Amino acid sequence: MARGPVAIDRGAIWPGLAVLALVLALVLGPLALVLAQAGGAGAITAADWAAVRFTLWQAALSAGLSTVLAVPVARALARRRFAGRAALVTALGAPFILPVIVAVLGLLALFGRAGILGRALTALGLPPVPIYGLQGVLVAHLFLNLPLAVRMILNGWAAIPPERFRLAAALGLAPRDVARLIERPMLRATLPGVALSIFLVCLTSFTVILIMGGGPRATSLGLAIYQAFRLEFALGHAASLAALQLALGLAATGAGLMVLRPAAFGAGRGLASLAPPADPKWLARIADALAIALLALFLALPVGLAALAGLAHLPGLEAEVLRAGARSMVIALAASALATAGALLAGQAIAHLPARSGRLADAAAMLALGVSPLVIGTGAFLAIRPFADPVRLALPVTLLANALMAFPFALRILAPDLAALRADYGRLSQSLGLTGRARLRLVTLPRLRRPLAFAAGLSAALSMGDLGVITLFSDPAQATLPALLYQRMGQYRMDEAYGISALLMGLSFGLFWAFDRMGRKDADA
Amino acid sequence: MMKSLMIAGLLAAAPLAALAEEKPVLTVYTYDSFTADWGPGPAVEKAFEATCDCDLRYVTAGDAAALLSRVLLEGQNTKADVVLGLDTNLTEQALKSGLFAPHGETSARFNLPVAWDDPVFVPYDWGYFAFVYDKTKVKSVPASFEELGKSDLKIVIEDPRSSSPGLGLLMWVKAAYGDRAPEIWKALAHNIVTVAPGWSEAYGLFLKGEADMVLSYTTSPAYHVFAEKDDSKAAAPFREGHYLQIEVAARTATTQQPALADRFLAFMTGPEFQKLIPETNWMYPAVTPAGGLPAEFQALIRPEKALLLPAAEAAALRDKATEEWRAALSQ
Amino acid sequence: MLTLDGLVVEQEGFRLEAGLAVPEGAICALLGPSGAGKSTLLSVIAGFVAPAAGRVSWQGRDLAPLPPGRRPLSILFQDQNLFPHLTVAQNLGLGLRPDLRLSPADHARIDEALARTGLAGLGPRKPGTLSGGQQGRVALARALLRRRPLLLLDEPFSALGPGLKAEMLDLVRGIAAETGTTVLMVSHDPADARRIAPLTILVAEGRALPPAPTAALLDHPPPVLAAYLGK
Repeated sequence: MARGPVAIDRGAIWPGLAVLALVLALVLGPLALVLAQAGGAGAITAADWAAVRFTLWQAALSAGLSTVLAVPVARALARRRFAGRAALVTALGAPFILPVIVAVLGLLALFGRAGILGRALTALGLPPVPIYGLQGVLVAHLFLNLPLAVRMILNGWAAIPPERFRLAAALGLAPRDVARLIERPMLRATLPGVALSIFLVCLTSFTVILIMGGGPRATSLGLAIYQAFRLEFALGHAASLAALQLALGLAATGAGLMVLRPAAFGAGRGLASLAPPADPKWLARIADALAIALLALFLALPVGLAALAGLAHLPGLEAEVLRAGARSMVIALAASALATAGALLAGQAIAHLPARSGRLADAAAMLALGVSPLVIGTGAFLAIRPFADPVRLALPVTLLANALMAFPFALRILAPDLAALRADYGRLSQSLGLTGRARLRLVTLPRLRRPLAFAAGLSAALSMGDLGVITLFSDPAQATLPALLYQRMGQYRMDEAYGISALLMGLSFGLFWAFDRMGRKDADA
Repeated sequence: MMKSLMIAGLLAAAPLAALAEEKPVLTVYTYDSFTADWGPGPAVEKAFEATCDCDLRYVTAGDAAALLSRVLLEGQNTKADVVLGLDTNLTEQALKSGLFAPHGETSARFNLPVAWDDPVFVPYDWGYFAFVYDKTKVKSVPASFEELGKSDLKIVIEDPRSSSPGLGLLMWVKAAYGDRAPEIWKALAHNIVTVAPGWSEAYGLFLKGEADMVLSYTTSPAYHVFAEKDDSKAAAPFREGHYLQIEVAARTATTQQPALADRFLAFMTGPEFQKLIPETNWMYPAVTPAGGLPAEFQALIRPEKALLLPAAEAAALRDKATEEWRAALSQ
Repeated sequence: MLTLDGLVVEQEGFRLEAGLAVPEGAICALLGPSGAGKSTLLSVIAGFVAPAAGRVSWQGRDLAPLPPGRRPLSILFQDQNLFPHLTVAQNLGLGLRPDLRLSPADHARIDEALARTGLAGLGPRKPGTLSGGQQGRVALARALLRRRPLLLLDEPFSALGPGLKAEMLDLVRGIAAETGTTVLMVSHDPADARRIAPLTILVAEGRALPPAPTAALLDHPPPVLAAYLGK
């Protein structure tokens, strides 16, 4: 049915628009406050533009590589069934939700000079892996983002109706024909969204670029913002750079959405009822097995090594750390609830808006990916201070910032399923007068169980990793787990820091797994 | 009726208010690890409150840079009476803001390697920047930047654009070599494994074995001896001298408690405060306590020459030096 | 009486005009070539598509301000008439209270409707476990419960075999007669129209013509209908 001048379901739209307005206010408000405090924007320097060039270049490479490499792995996972497959699919979320410094140290435990590979090479009389430099930045971004790309594309495969594959099988199509007729159009629809998401994530990358970059050639817009805020105290310059970062994100989103609507981060349908035909040729089997094994190793080794480094120090953790863990869990759950609920409403509005306004709203929502934690923190400080003691609101601000950061991811997960829900049951619901809360309770929530659980789990795990926006008004008595991790590292207490990071990984992944599990408990039909 | 009730209420409340006012409040802004359970903060609070008959309250920010940011943002409205925890890289910016006032503290005799007569900022601890290495792994230890540049040793340094030690290193090379700085950096380029965003990341990479040496402090080995009974770490003494980092406090221009703030600054340079510093902040106390330094500090290298550019000069040099550094390492 | 007054529907490259009235209690078929706009016309009446001009009214009352669920009508689509995750009884319950907060009296009415449509005892089942014919009956039972004066059928039985379809149409006719419901039914099979619809609206060449007696129309079709019927 063509989307003509359709009668608009206002009840489905205004709450979502309110959420989007709030998101925009949270993104732009702090920036405006910082600008006002500075008394105007600062000029962007030649060094800044060099940083912009490298930032864009590495983000484009990271996005392109992750996307291209994810396709064969996702295809292998989609068409093969093996023991441990479901566990692997769940584990695909793991690197993405690790605190960056933990992920980097895990990677270096594998690739670094003193890492497993490095030592093996040295033992053989070979030079260590040249991990520092642009290649190091890319490896780290691949590690963080490739698994998620695989999962998104895998969901694209799972979303192909089984009937298509049945028809292909009935017609005796070869795997090559299936690829051309069925899989390529799906990839064409899915890949731009995958690449865009990763591009946006890498656009704000900071720690990875500095540590893995190996020298000042690898620099980033994030570093420039950091420098302006913390060494130069040049708020105007910082605000200009932060606005530039937002603008770049917006431009990338605009370009991406023009190519196509970004496909889902996916609904976590790891187990489709009917798999695409498995290519029986032994060469294809070996290739698939290799792709899966390489991904599994690439994931498991650094994560395992990072966990291992901390496991021994877990029993020695003080009560203060455990309290911080509990605090972080509460914040993560609350932020997850906020982000998921917000994304649900916003996604519903986007699904019900006319196509063009829907895309505009979608792009606005993605803006939240380009925010700078320093701008948010400073803005929050400036906003709260006239009315209350910011320290008292440190945790609520952290919660809100984490929810804001998780929001675009939750939206990417939910939007396609909300659109499908509208296409399948929108008219039926409308014709029965099923609107508002009743529709949410009786239709949306039960039908979107899986993507909702996936979105909630990812949001919760991301929030455990913390955005650390409250450096201006942090209270050690209410520290979150990532804050403690950094605090211990800053005081030589590396063993404790590793212990804390193991605890953090355990809690993050536990939350992610529990939610994912909840979503898989099968609802009928 | 209404009026008399209000008066009664005021009368009833008056003794309470007087009680609360009896103890003046001194608000000290500092970075959060200072007030952590294992930091000097809690003991300092107890000891000072025992002598001052006042209520010492900490307000924290994440680190020294965040601390100054916060004070700058609050401007004239800041509630801080004392700001504790700025370092010599930040003092010029702090001074220019006009938010800090000269202190009344003059009696302290600082055990700093340089003369200190700043009218505004009072030092409470200090340290030398140095390259720290593992004695069991590095056998031929370089004794200067030039030797380091000629060696094949791998080092991790901090980025001067995002961290205070990184900026310190930049000034170290500048103070020691002046216009030859770009040449030194070019020679060091092949030694540098990577440039970390901050001290924590750099030191973590070093402990993981990613580099032979890391830019840290001469006092770093003391921590490993004290906490881990590990004496394998050492700092390499450099002939050209070592650059200093000095941590300071100052009272604000807007404080309503100038006398109390001065009293706190005096207390800060006194033995009760100073004796807490070595084994909590792992820096040298600004005034060596009567009992001397803890045992693990005895074995540390004591550089013969201390380098420190005047704050204003360092601030003026910063952009040019950063650009030299960037250009030399980007080739 | 359902009145379409100077109605103009426009969608990308498509235009349909309608000016007609359907008397209350009538069963009226919509016949015409595919793509002529039969389903679109129902969508406009049901409130899913806004007309470019003109108005739709029931008993003289303009329906434009009413959202689909508030209009005095029920509609059955070609498919997706039931929520697969809700039980049959819950799907029916939506016809009484969209928030499913049902009273014991509501449950009794649901059981009654199930019995009336030959589905007694199937209330706790999920739609996926029912046959196609049974699913159609569930949808009809819900329309029965909603007691709206107008019933729009957008080929809900087209996937059923001829026998089952005839059975469903008879059920529709029975229910309509009992409740005095006015029925508009899209069909591409003239036999359906002959079976239960005394009146037929011909939709062709961008126009929906006023209802005419079905038998006469089919016996002496105008050229466009003749071409469609293959006569």
